[in-house]
Amino acid sequence: MPLSDQNAYGSEPSGTFLNRVHSYEVQPDQGPAQVINFPRSCLHCENAPCVTVWPTGASYKRAEDGIVLVNEDACIGCGLCAWACPYGARELDQAAGVMKKCTLCVDRIYNENLPEEDRQPACVRTCPTGARHFGDLGDPTSDVSRLVAERGGYDPMPELNTKPVNKYLPPRPTGAAAGTDVLAPLLGVKATGFAGWLDRMLEKL
Amino acid sequence: MHPAPSVIVFTTLSGAGFGFLAFLSLGLVGATGMQAFLIWALGYALAVGGLCASTFHLGNRQRAWRAFTQWRTSWLSREGWAAVLALLATAPLALQAIFGLAVPVVLGPIAAALCLMTVVATAMIYTQLATVPRWNHALTPVTFMAFALTGGAVLAGLGLWAAVLCVALSAILFLGFVEGDKRFAARGASLASATGLGRAGRPRVFAPAHTAGNYLMREMMFSVGRKHRARLRVLALVLAGLVPAAILVLAPGGVVAAGVAFGTHLLGALAARWLFFAEAEHVVGLYYGAR
Repeated sequence: MPLSDQNAYGSEPSGTFLNRVHSYEVQPDQGPAQVINFPRSCLHCENAPCVTVWPTGASYKRAEDGIVLVNEDACIGCGLCAWACPYGARELDQAAGVMKKCTLCVDRIYNENLPEEDRQPACVRTCPTGARHFGDLGDPTSDVSRLVAERGGYDPMPELNTKPVNKYLPPRPTGAAAGTDVLAPLLGVKATGFAGWLDRMLEKL
Repeated sequence: MHPAPSVIVFTTLSGAGFGFLAFLSLGLVGATGMQAFLIWALGYALAVGGLCASTFHLGNRQRAWRAFTQWRTSWLSREGWAAVLALLATAPLALQAIFGLAVPVVLGPIAAALCLMTVVATAMIYTQLATVPRWNHALTPVTFMAFALTGGAVLAGLGLWAAVLCVALSAILFLGFVEGDKRFAARGASLASATGLGRAGRPRVFAPAHTAGNYLMREMMFSVGRKHRARLRVLALVLAGLVPAAILVLAPGGVVAAGVAFGTHLLGALAARWLFFAEAEHVVGLYYGAR
């Protein structure tokens, strides 16, 4: 079932999303602030609180690959699993009355009718800057495992002990490299000619 | 959290109803015949009426039966089972009171225990949520139980005992307000931990993820009306416990006094339950810079 929109062309457009991108500003102790785009979607937690609270068994974590899915035909739309999720990964579809969430594109990643490079979640495949990565974090030699190890991948809200399977990579530091100040040449300008004479005269006043 | 009327009505009425049914099951109200019929009917009306209201909270009501399948992990499922078993166990006792049928004595305490287990299961649905720190505390089931016992005792006309429970309820509510206010900070979640950006500096919300609202914001970032929280807290404390206690002490006995006391208690209970939802803050609000 597609994700429904409400009042899509009106003054208060709203809808069901599986991936929402926030923007945060981070102010380090020194130097300029950095703006970080922060996607928020299901982290397919190892210790998924959303699954255990479900009264109907409609949400489950697959034993073979750990993907957390919803059986929409068995969902009663009570909303309790969305309450249990600290990451806001689940949204109740206002038209269908059932819970929707990221499926890790389970229909794409195993689809042998697709070319191999397309067997990735759509968000990973389409990201123009290659900010998202997909792979097997259970295999310590996989590309994503090495990436997480090298860049120091972390869990958001670790104090809730959800043990997310997806990891966030910390943003790389940006800004001018040390020792280069693009405005520096403009600070030591000496006025010459008529302007220089005017400068000296005005200072004497 | 969004204070949905269906859930407020459900937890308030069902709580009082199951508390009342527990006292009736223990044989603490010595009515027979038509009088017993009316009394038991009131208990069932509150308990079952509340349960019916709860189904209005569902997106797909016709599938509600599926909620009975996951009793091993889900408190919502356990609540459903406890409610059905409690209603089944109390039925013979109601028939005993009305028609004088002979029923094993042991059924009374069993039915009462099932009624109270239903109330505990309802409370545990909220208590289990680590994402809502204010609820994730032992005082949540204690408060729900205190409401059920107080409402039940006032309806059962237990006089001074009911008055004592009323005062105890107000004390527990007060403690809940004081402790609840510390819970979010105690959980330790912040925008820095939620985004993990705390290691790079001090994060703040730069631009909203979307211009209009969404399900998450409507359901979990409710803040409208919190400006009246202080007044509502006083109303809840006074109406749910102190005024009914005064009525029961000053005008003991009589159906009218019990009725007025219960009506006042119910108003206070509704205010307290509204606050229970409206004041509860979900950690997902951190991503939006809202609570």
